[in-house]
Amino acid sequence: MRFSTLRQLAERCREEQVTIGQFMLNEQAFETGESKTTIVTQMTDYYTVMKEAVRRGLEHPQPSRSGLTGGDAARVRQYMDRPDGTLLGNDASRALTYALSVSEVNASMGKIVATPTAGSCGIIPGVFVSAQQRYCWADDRLVMGLFCAGAIGYVIANNSFISGAEGGCQAEIGSAVAMAAGAMTELLGGTPEQAVHAVGLALKNSLGLICDPVGGLVEIPCIVRNGFGAVTALAAADMALAGVRSVIPTDEVIEVMHETGRAMPDIYRETAKGGLAGTPTGRKLAKELFSHENGHQNADVPPEGGQR
Amino acid sequence: MRFKDVFSIIGPGMIGPSSSHTAGAVRIGRAARHLFGGMPLQAELTLYGSFAETYEGHGTDLALAAGLLDYATDDERIRNALSLAKALGMELTFNAARDPTVHPNSVLLTLRSENREDSFMGASIGGGNAEMTKINGFDVKFSVHNPTLLVFHADRLGMLAAFTSLIEAEWLNISYMDVNRKSRAGDALTVIQTDERLSGKLPDRIRAIEGVRRVASMNLS
Repeated sequence: MRFSTLRQLAERCREEQVTIGQFMLNEQAFETGESKTTIVTQMTDYYTVMKEAVRRGLEHPQPSRSGLTGGDAARVRQYMDRPDGTLLGNDASRALTYALSVSEVNASMGKIVATPTAGSCGIIPGVFVSAQQRYCWADDRLVMGLFCAGAIGYVIANNSFISGAEGGCQAEIGSAVAMAAGAMTELLGGTPEQAVHAVGLALKNSLGLICDPVGGLVEIPCIVRNGFGAVTALAAADMALAGVRSVIPTDEVIEVMHETGRAMPDIYRETAKGGLAGTPTGRKLAKELFSHENGHQNADVPPEGGQR
Repeated sequence: MRFKDVFSIIGPGMIGPSSSHTAGAVRIGRAARHLFGGMPLQAELTLYGSFAETYEGHGTDLALAAGLLDYATDDERIRNALSLAKALGMELTFNAARDPTVHPNSVLLTLRSENREDSFMGASIGGGNAEMTKINGFDVKFSVHNPTLLVFHADRLGMLAAFTSLIEAEWLNISYMDVNRKSRAGDALTVIQTDERLSGKLPDRIRAIEGVRRVASMNLS
C-alpha cells in the first residue's frame, strides 16, 4: 500500500483527486492483483451480512450464549416509539439501536463482519445502515464508505493495535468509532482532511479505555459500548464537517493509543481479571457461568470433554 | 506491515463472538491442519495469555476444533465443532499455560497422526488475523492468510537457489521468505510465501531436490 500514515493517505487522495474510499479500492486492486469488480463484490457481500445482522437482532432477539445479555436493541427500539421521542432524536437513536442489535447477534454466535473486530462489530453497521435509511443512499455508496473505513483502520492497525488483548478496548471500540466517523464524514461530502480530523477527534475520546469484559465474554460492557460508539461516531463526524480540527494531528493521536496500550497492565487487556470483570458482581457472574459442577456453559462440550 | 489489506480490517465474515478468540483461532487451527497435511487423530492444544484466561466464554475451543476440521470463519458448524470433531475421531485436549514472552493470544497445537507429530504455535493478532510463530521448534513469523510453502531441509549451499528457480519456473512471485536453522549445516526450515496460489505440482518438485526432507503447503485465502 502506498501509505502508512493518515497524513500520507489524505495527501495522496488530494494529489490524485479521489476519495479515501476510491483510493483504498485502487490500492487493494494493485496489491492483490484482483479486479476491482471482484473486490467490490466481496465488500458488498460483507455489507449484506451487516444489514442482515441489524435486521436479525431486532426481529429475532436472542439471549447471548451465556444468557447474561440480549434484547436491549429491541428495548431501545420500542422506547423510540413513545410520543415524546428520544433524547438523541430518531436518527442517532437508530444508529444506537442497530449497533446494539449487531453486537447482540455476535454475542449469540450469529454471523457478523469483524469491523475491525467482532467486539466492535456493531458500530460501523449501526452508523452506516441508519445513515442509508436517513439519506436513501444506494448500497454502492455505503460499500465505498467501507473502503474508506478500511483505509483508516489499516493505518491504525499497523501503527497501533486493533485487539483488546494487545491494547485494551481503545484499540477495538476506539478504532471502530474512528473508522465510522471518518467514513461518515467522507460519505457526507467532507474532504479527506476533514475525514482524518474526524478520526483524530473520535480517537481522543476513547484513549485509555480498558478491555475488561465480565467472564471474558464479549457482552458486558462490549454491547453497550457498541451503542455508545455509534453515537460518538456521529458526533465526531458532525464536528469535523463543521470544521472542528484535531489540533493534535491524528497520526500522533494514534501513537498515543499505542503508547497507552503498551503501558496498560494485563488485567485490563482482555484477561477478565480487572476492571468490570474484577468487581464483586463481575466475579460472581463469571463464577456462576463457569462452575463446572453445574455443567459446562459450552453446550457443545460433552461431559467427559477432555482435560480442561 | 502486520495488516496487509482492506479485508484484514473489514472482515472476515464470521461467527461471533470474538475476532481474536474465535475467528483468529479458526484460522490458526485451519492453517495447522493444512501444514500438517490432513486431519490429526490427536490434537493437544495449549493456550496462553488472554486465550488461556477467556477461551471458554469466547468459544476458542470450538474455534480451534473447527479450524482443525477445515471450516472457514463463517461456517455455522463452528458452534458444534467439538462434537463434530469427536464424531470424526479426532481427540482433542485443552490445557492452559503461562509464558509472558509469547503473544497474549497464543496457542500451541501438537498434532499427531499414526506416523507423524508436528507442533505449531500461532498468535491471533486482532480482527481475525493470525500468524504462525513457531513450527517444530523453529522460530518463524508469517501470516496464515497467504499461500505458503514450508521446506524442511539440510542447511547446505545452493538450497535456496534451487527452490526459487523452481518457483520462478511456475511464474510465481515470492512475497516473503525466511530461513531458520537450528545450527550451521544442521536442520533448516525455509518459509516461502507467494502472491499467487501455489500449484499442486510445486511441492513435489521441491521435494525431489536432494537434501529436502519434507515440504508442506497451504493456500487458505
